[in-house]
Amino acid sequence: MSNTAVSFRGVSKAFGSTKANINVNLDIKRGEILSLLGENGSGKTTLMNMLAGIYYPDAGEIYFDEKPVHIASPRQAYDLGIGMVHQHFMLVDVLSVAENIVLGLEGKLNLKEAEKKIKDICDRYGFEVDLRKKIYDMSVSEKQTIEIVKVLYRGADILILDEPTAVLTPQETEKLFNVMRNMKADGKSIVIITHKLHEVKAISDRVAILRKGEFIGEMITAESDEQQMTNMMVGRQVTLNIERKAPVNVKPRIIVENLTVKDATGVCKLNNVSFTANAGEILGIAGISGCGQKELLESIAGLCKTEAGTIWYCEDGKEKVNLVGKDPEDINHLGVSLAFVPEDRLGMGLVGNMDIADNMMLRSYRSGKSRIFTDRKSPKALAESVVAELSVDTPGISTPVRRLSGGNVQKVLLGREIASHPGVLMTAYAVRGLDINSSYVIYDLLNGQKEAGTAVIYVGEDLDVLLQLSDRILVLCDGELSGIVDARSTDKNTVGLLMTKKGGAA
Amino acid sequence: MIDLAAFIPRAIQQGIPLMYGSCGETITEKSGNLNLGIPGVMYVGGICGVIGAFFYEQSQAGADLNPFLAVIIPLTCSLLGSLFMGLLYSFLTVNLRSNQNVTGLAMTTFGIGFGNFFGGSLIKLSGADVPSIALSGTSYYFSRSLPFARSLGWFGKIFLSYGFLAYAAIIISLYTAFVFKHTRTGLHLRAVGESPATADAAGINVTKYKYLSTCLGCMIAGLGGLYYVMDYACGVWSNDAFGDRGWLAIALVIFTIWKPDLGIFSSVLFGGLYILYLYLPTGMNHMELKELYKMLPYIVTLIVLIITSMRNKRENQPPKSLGTNYFREER
Amino acid sequence: MENNSPKKPLFHIVRIDYIPTSKALLIRAGAIIAALIICAVITTVFTGDDPIEIYKTIFQGAFGSARKTWITLQNVSILLIISLALTPAFKMQFWNIGGEGQVLIGGLAAAACMICIGDSLPQVLLIPIMVVASVAAGAVWGLIPAVIKAKWNTNETLSTLMMNYIAIQLVAYYTIVWEVPKGSGKIGIINQNSSAGWLPNVGNKYLLPIIVAVLMTAFIYIYLKYTKQGYEISVVGESRNTAVYVGIKVEKVIIRTMLLSGAICGIAGLLLVAGINHTITTTIADGQGFTGVMVSWLAKFNPVAMIGTSFLIILMDRGAGEISTAFGLNQSFADILTGILLFFIIGCEFFLRYRIVFTSEKKN
Repeated sequence: MSNTAVSFRGVSKAFGSTKANINVNLDIKRGEILSLLGENGSGKTTLMNMLAGIYYPDAGEIYFDEKPVHIASPRQAYDLGIGMVHQHFMLVDVLSVAENIVLGLEGKLNLKEAEKKIKDICDRYGFEVDLRKKIYDMSVSEKQTIEIVKVLYRGADILILDEPTAVLTPQETEKLFNVMRNMKADGKSIVIITHKLHEVKAISDRVAILRKGEFIGEMITAESDEQQMTNMMVGRQVTLNIERKAPVNVKPRIIVENLTVKDATGVCKLNNVSFTANAGEILGIAGISGCGQKELLESIAGLCKTEAGTIWYCEDGKEKVNLVGKDPEDINHLGVSLAFVPEDRLGMGLVGNMDIADNMMLRSYRSGKSRIFTDRKSPKALAESVVAELSVDTPGISTPVRRLSGGNVQKVLLGREIASHPGVLMTAYAVRGLDINSSYVIYDLLNGQKEAGTAVIYVGEDLDVLLQLSDRILVLCDGELSGIVDARSTDKNTVGLLMTKKGGAA
Repeated sequence: MIDLAAFIPRAIQQGIPLMYGSCGETITEKSGNLNLGIPGVMYVGGICGVIGAFFYEQSQAGADLNPFLAVIIPLTCSLLGSLFMGLLYSFLTVNLRSNQNVTGLAMTTFGIGFGNFFGGSLIKLSGADVPSIALSGTSYYFSRSLPFARSLGWFGKIFLSYGFLAYAAIIISLYTAFVFKHTRTGLHLRAVGESPATADAAGINVTKYKYLSTCLGCMIAGLGGLYYVMDYACGVWSNDAFGDRGWLAIALVIFTIWKPDLGIFSSVLFGGLYILYLYLPTGMNHMELKELYKMLPYIVTLIVLIITSMRNKRENQPPKSLGTNYFREER
Repeated sequence: MENNSPKKPLFHIVRIDYIPTSKALLIRAGAIIAALIICAVITTVFTGDDPIEIYKTIFQGAFGSARKTWITLQNVSILLIISLALTPAFKMQFWNIGGEGQVLIGGLAAAACMICIGDSLPQVLLIPIMVVASVAAGAVWGLIPAVIKAKWNTNETLSTLMMNYIAIQLVAYYTIVWEVPKGSGKIGIINQNSSAGWLPNVGNKYLLPIIVAVLMTAFIYIYLKYTKQGYEISVVGESRNTAVYVGIKVEKVIIRTMLLSGAICGIAGLLLVAGINHTITTTIADGQGFTGVMVSWLAKFNPVAMIGTSFLIILMDRGAGEISTAFGLNQSFADILTGILLFFIIGCEFFLRYRIVFTSEKKN
């Protein structure tokens, strides 16, 4: 058996007019941890999906043990010992842990035996799994563990992990890396898809780099440095610093007092949270995903029913108003200008099948002279100006936003939201899925709003960015406020500890 | 007072087509396919059985029927007819990814038209002066109950007085419930309906499961149509007689929260509601009240729909992908 | 594990982002022609006549005489009005298949006015009352499923369906209450002598529904495309989360839209009872509540395109009806042909959205 487990030779894949992979050649060796590095949209996931049998290449061959193979379905991939942990977890909520793990296997169904085997795997590699828990009650890191166990249960020798750390705290990431080292010691090959350079350094033996769907090169991790990798990844020298000016003219804009929110089933999502967001400042919000960030922003925006507490909105020369119990229309009527860029851009912030002009109308359709008819002129003008000013790459303003790339979708959304000169701008995961250039455009826009005197609230997942962009960082842990720290004087570890343990660093 | 020993058997007989229909639709829906074509499928299942029986009876020209052939020919014809409908629905929604609601409605239009057209043609062929076909020879074998049932009084009447298709309905429902709960096939089917992408990534052939469950579901539902003509209606086919039972069967699926074993009891319950008007007093001069009583099953269904949607238990929800088609490379 | 080299898949399917209108029309036309050919073959099998003759018969069935043409146009108008009524709801992704019941109940309200107060009121007062009654009855029939959908998210496909049967039984009940003569089980022509409550003849007796249909098409087109309420409907239909996000009260939109949907169905019922048939039976809507779903969907919810789709369906229906009489077939033959036509049109949508790429095909 040769040392090379899998080889891609000249593999290409296109979706409609977008070329996701162009003529990629790549080897995966046995018993190594390979980092697949590249920006968002560089085709890393697509490439690995072809190995996992989710997509089928348009051209080129995949070799397994030096023999050409056609992997037309995930089952065939499993038969070859290839297993992938997707970024969006592939678990069925209403099935039990054991049922999820044995899903797709053959033979008589024996859940007792399966549970025993699962326990064995967990003990061997050091996973912690509670088999009795329902999937829908699990945290993301627990779900991820189930996914990895599922792949190992099938006897996979080649594991592909798609951005496994994106949803984890630094501490959970370290735990995952330990498990990965155990697996490598057991002779497994692991491909980790990532765009975080320090993780590449920390865990992998080799790194392969993709850019715009093309294979750029590979190197031994120990022999390369981060700048070198960045250059290959981005294609030119870039400076990775966000320009952060000192806040001026700071005064309270949103004052949240003792906010408590429960979801439909009565589970407490936010518990007694109090803080102030200032005009002229960027307030970062950190936390493991699902810790109440969504509820916090949605309560302020009037989209979420609150259990207790007040949300004061203050503006110069105006009486402060309580936003609790008001819906977005009421808030609008009060003359309060809130801008909100939600996490789900096409599912909440925009309508994917409508064109750019119609999407601009979402905020303004109620205005206009006529009571019955919509005013179509001003949204069109706004669309033109957003496209021009933020250099949105689109065939025209009558293109459905669904057909734009992630970065351009975000520009359209943010452009619309800041067009009303908001008093508060809230963004949730504003750069998720965006390439580096678009991300920096977004950071610049946010900084511009800060300078214009808007209170910016930035919910983020990348701690490096949060530390560089924010003035203060509010950390949520399981719906509770675990601390507010000064972004200039804190470090990642402190924030990470606050994210997992309430008041951990204090 | 209602005579229960007379009412219950009739309720059960009314319930059997609903049991077949709802069991078939449950199997289909478990794979994420919402087949609104079931009313049409049940017509096709019925008429195909009638066509088979008609030509067999004609070929015997008055001579005695072979009991085995008299049963197997209509049964096979019925199953083939509904299988064809299942394949059609699967091809349109799974391969061509058509809208499930529209495809289902078109199938119902087609199926009912198909049933009435061939029904009408056969009526003409048989040259009868009443607008129906009577297949009493075949029906005799379908509705034959156990010989000693009559000697057992009310017990025999309530439990043993039915043709074999009635017992088959109960067995099929129980077996389906068992498959859902305790077998790998059931687990995979549930996964396909909940999250086809997950099932696909786990190596389950989503297309195969959708096809199998839809076709099997249609075949089972079609038997409901066959039971109705051959047993309940004593082999008499008249156009539009089957009525709206197919739609009730679909509503029953929600009522039984996708559990075929529960379907046995609720079908009988609905069967009872369906004929309750015959037993409710109207007085001498108010026959029109019967028309109002006939609303009962629909009003109850409506109330049940509302109640089931009000209680929001996680385990009682429809399969999550119900009504949507799956395409692996959708982006 | 060694013998794991399955055959290369023959083809795979690729999504198309954009398709030029001309090509889309071509594909649809192709599907219709294919369906017509299949229908002709089937008809030939049953009748033994040659296909050209059959299409001649179909055409004659629809346009054979001035009267036939008028009836065809009138039928198209009614189907079009019902389809237009359902369209705002569908655009909102509310699967209202209760058109049947909403039409019936609107018709019942009109019939009730004609029978109960027809003799005591002058025509100028009676007709406005009938319009209001029909519209209100239809609206109420639309309102009930809308409210339970808005409040508890009750499956609207089934609730509207049940409302159909409740309406049918109500009509059945009143048919017996009002039957003339007693025991006939029929109402017969209402106010045959006085013509009280009969909608006035405009030009000829077929023209009124046609005029209503034209006005309604324009109204729905403008309503959906240019009004604020229409915009709200599209946002709710495309994404409920987005609607909530911009402060649209989804419940209110659902209820308002279904009121409109039901009200227009009520008008269709009024036209059927007071304008065309002058009686009411349980089958007066004739399944058009269901056919309307398909007319609307096939036209991609575009009111103008719906003129074409409803025309196509009626043409098939009347044509097949003519065939059945001419060749002594059953009237249900029309349903089979319509079904086949629908399957083809539904199936061809696939080719508007996807492309099949054969693996051997080289990519450039």
